[in-house]
Amino acid sequence: MNRNHFVATVLVTISLYGCGAETDQAEPIGGASGQELAEEQVLRWGNGAEPGSLDPHRTQGVPGSNIGRDLFEGLTSEAPDGTVIAGAAESWEISDDGRTYRFFLRPEARWSNGDPVTADDFVYSLRRSLDPATLSNYTFILNPILNAEAVAAGELPTTEVGVRALDTHTLEIQLENTTPYFLGLLTHSASYPVHPPSAEAHGNQYARPGNLVSNGAYRLEEWVVQSHVKLVRNENYWDNGRTTIDEVWYYPTEDQTAELSRFRAGELDLSNAIPKRQVDWIRENLPEELVISPYLGTYYFGFNLTRPPFQDSPELRRALALAVDRDIITGQVTNAGEVPAYGWVPPVQNYAGQQMPEAAWTQEERVAEARRLYALAGYSEENPLRTRILYNTQEDHRRIAVAIASMWKQTLGVEVEILNQEWKVFLDTRQQKIETEIYRSGWIGDYNDAYTFAELFASGSGLNHTGYSSPDYDRLLREASAEGDMKRRAELLQQAERVLVEDLPIMPLYFYVTARLVRPWVGGFTPNIMDHHRSQNFHILKH
Amino acid sequence: MFRYATRRLLGALPTLLILLALAFFLIRVAPGGPFDAERALLPEIEANLRAAYHLDEPLYQQFGRYLWGLLQADFGPSFQYRDFSVTELIMTGFPVSLRLGGSAMALALLFGITAGSIAALRQNTRADYAVMSASMTGISIPNFVMAPLLILVFAVYLGWLPAGGLGDGSPRNMVLPVIALALPQIAYISRLTRGSMIEVLRSNFIRTARAQGLPMRKIVLRHALKPALLPVVSYLGPATAAVITGSVVIEQIFGVPGLGRFFVQGALNRDYTLVMGVVVFYGVLIIAFNLLVDLAYAWLDPKVKYS
Repeated sequence: MNRNHFVATVLVTISLYGCGAETDQAEPIGGASGQELAEEQVLRWGNGAEPGSLDPHRTQGVPGSNIGRDLFEGLTSEAPDGTVIAGAAESWEISDDGRTYRFFLRPEARWSNGDPVTADDFVYSLRRSLDPATLSNYTFILNPILNAEAVAAGELPTTEVGVRALDTHTLEIQLENTTPYFLGLLTHSASYPVHPPSAEAHGNQYARPGNLVSNGAYRLEEWVVQSHVKLVRNENYWDNGRTTIDEVWYYPTEDQTAELSRFRAGELDLSNAIPKRQVDWIRENLPEELVISPYLGTYYFGFNLTRPPFQDSPELRRALALAVDRDIITGQVTNAGEVPAYGWVPPVQNYAGQQMPEAAWTQEERVAEARRLYALAGYSEENPLRTRILYNTQEDHRRIAVAIASMWKQTLGVEVEILNQEWKVFLDTRQQKIETEIYRSGWIGDYNDAYTFAELFASGSGLNHTGYSSPDYDRLLREASAEGDMKRRAELLQQAERVLVEDLPIMPLYFYVTARLVRPWVGGFTPNIMDHHRSQNFHILKH
Repeated sequence: MFRYATRRLLGALPTLLILLALAFFLIRVAPGGPFDAERALLPEIEANLRAAYHLDEPLYQQFGRYLWGLLQADFGPSFQYRDFSVTELIMTGFPVSLRLGGSAMALALLFGITAGSIAALRQNTRADYAVMSASMTGISIPNFVMAPLLILVFAVYLGWLPAGGLGDGSPRNMVLPVIALALPQIAYISRLTRGSMIEVLRSNFIRTARAQGLPMRKIVLRHALKPALLPVVSYLGPATAAVITGSVVIEQIFGVPGLGRFFVQGALNRDYTLVMGVVVFYGVLIIAFNLLVDLAYAWLDPKVKYS
């Protein structure tokens, strides 16, 4: 294939980070502010739960991904603000039809043992990630790649995946369809490279200290389950010269109150979260350390549309959605700066979210309309709706459910029973769609694109627990998937969101925020909507 | 004695088998499975995962497979911690829990027996009331209240000790969790010792000893203490097994990598093999400690003879 057939889309933003001439970081760190770097460059993260695995193709959940970003580098990476930039590939070209990507790897890129990072390594790794024998839970991330879904399902051999090495440093990936967010997917752990000889030699034990050969800014030094993961600088990393932090420690901090104590005792530089119920105390006592920023997630209540009373009753769903005062939920119940949501998609890139038309109304107007619709649906004070809210056992969810139940009772006279179940039981009950009437849920996007939200409510989606099925919605999603023009694609997704907020199979409540504590001397922390951070962008100032 | 111990251990095998069977089937009866998540897996992928862990086989076959593995000391792979086998997880967590729990029990025995004896010897005095009120408080305040309080005072405000984690493994990191773990045990043991010691001190052989003019210290240490410890020893068997296999509350609050968290997380994540591994391990320890208690009886009480 001739290079002329490709639209040259080498993103130059990348070189800003790659070469560093014009970036802020070109300034000696700490120099401009007159502050010097601390002698000891050690960064200590609170990391939530214990990671399930550090093997990038077998990991599941946020804690493992956080560590993975320090250990591995995909073809693309992310700048501190979350923008997709060059990673192991220094540039790439995309074909006119948007279905063939050609990546040019950095010749200087090395594994932590000194081996060069090659296109064959990526071919091996993408095949491994999709291989059913690897037991990955995240193969869907690679679904846009040609034949990926069939390979993951075991219907085709791994050699049929649309990935090939053109030479040592050129990799070609073919896609099923135009996928404008594809470059962002390559920052996900499912697409990280693994070192083939080590992965082959150690199998399930590849991700152990001593066995794990990685290509990121750090390498694995120690892992004591439930105690810590210690990473040290990878001297062979191609951009090691610009890395400041020498050692990174990740501590499992499931108990947020205990994490707060450890932070206050000076044992953590960054917390993973804050105990929500202590947010007022934290605001007052640790105002400099508290950082709150938007997060790519929506908290919502879903309706079971496969059974009465919510099946075939859009008026009732709308009445309930309007009767909730979201300002009270975010201002008095959650209280950490969450944004009231009247639409489904949080503020993602290249997309203007669509809202329920009533978003512009006052709450009084919404309540009046809610009462009208409630009556239209056949309910009244004498004949109130009796329903139940199901949530997974957690104090924050309980408080929200109680607040909403009392709002419904007050404004419409709805009789609500509130039920909690342990997480796995909750998943099971919700899946069955028999006992469930209204359930609480939240969705954190897998990548920074509206599609990761839109796909939830496609008919038959593994995430569509409402039973919602709209031919219009499905058609718009299909058209958006195949659309190469970004503007047109965004319009199609917006149309789909409008269908959703019209039908209201769910009731959006608020857009998430991340709230964490960061020591004042931690430099380089840049909040971003994905809450993705890489320790290589950090530094510790003298304190 | 040896024959007795062997007989007891062999007799424990059916108990262990029943325990195994109950745990094996009960965890599988619980709603939800190990691979359930917010995003339901594609049926093909879930089937593949189930096959890889043999969950697609009939239950009796899975049980047989598990028992066969157990005979070879293989507890199977963990579903949740996918880079480790259950045996490795237990072997990483147990030494920490043992060190923590062992220290806590030693501390509890030292302080509990001393305080209980003092309270008994000075029954109905200020010392007695002080010890008993302190122990009542110790029993009443749950760990999840006491542990954060200790952290707040000694780590956050005074900055004397670390708030959590194992650090470099230095004893400083163990001080607060050991104290938090020991406090309720001190309370229980002191109350048990007091009650039993009072009873023993009223018995005829002690009265005879006193009539002979033996000093009180000698009477207590040489004659009263051993029989007074019998109920404490009965308590110690299961208590020690429970404490050295870890406390989920203490481990979570202090960030200690012990065995206790695996109990709860295994169950919550439906990590069948991890739950089974911990149950078997705990069961064996309980049986072993109960045997040790019975053997200790023979030493403490001359009336008990094993043959």
